Amino acid sequence: MSDTKKFLFINRKAPYGTIYAWESLEVVLISAAFEQDVSLAFMDDGVYQLLKGQDTSGIGMKNFSPTYSALGDYEITKIYVEKESLEERGLTLDDLQHLVWEDEDEDYAEKDSIRLVSRAELGDVMAEQDVLFNF
Amino acid sequence: MSILHLVNKSPYENSNLNSAAAIMKSDDTLLLIEDGVYAAVKSGTASAKIAGHKVSVLGPDLAARGISEDKLVDGVAVIDYAGFVDLVETNDKVQSWL
Repeated sequence: MSDTKKFLFINRKAPYGTIYAWESLEVVLISAAFEQDVSLAFMDDGVYQLLKGQDTSGIGMKNFSPTYSALGDYEITKIYVEKESLEERGLTLDDLQHLVWEDEDEDYAEKDSIRLVSRAELGDVMAEQDVLFNF
Repeated sequence: MSILHLVNKSPYENSNLNSAAAIMKSDDTLLLIEDGVYAAVKSGTASAKIAGHKVSVLGPDLAARGISEDKLVDGVAVIDYAGFVDLVETNDKVQSWL
């Protein structure tokens, strides 16, 4: 267990315009498979990755947004979304997918994965990590 | 002599939209594609930058990003790929703000 580190993946780019969002998701899933303590942060244009209702049938690209709802099964339960980034873009939590995880210590009760944080609070989250990954 | 201005980057990421909007003439049309479509979201701060301009948005790029048409600034035209071709044809020139 001493090999477990706290990883934070910081996502700052919109999906589809670049490959960053998808690549991040790939590395996140790999990290979780190696049983690291993985958290995700979405700020700046990265908040667009979590918008619900994405339909890529018209642009010939894979819609990878359903994958976010599987993160709970990989024991990724801490998804930080920066409040200021949402507000600047005219978005609210209701515009995002409802991501949950099941708490096996509480009879598999469904709990929210997304934590709305201010820029300052996100700074605190970054400070307590061992490793930061940027996408 | 009208120009079709193409913007394909998020207005929150760089200043391409600012440059386009500052240079556009009244006959010109702004077409938002790819990550440029985020500029047309009504409640976003970037929507002020497209006010007063003739603006179209590419529908398939909106749908891919999960933005429904009721979230857009009033007066913005949602077009398909055929409409994109029509705009290229009806304007004299195309300026891509890459």
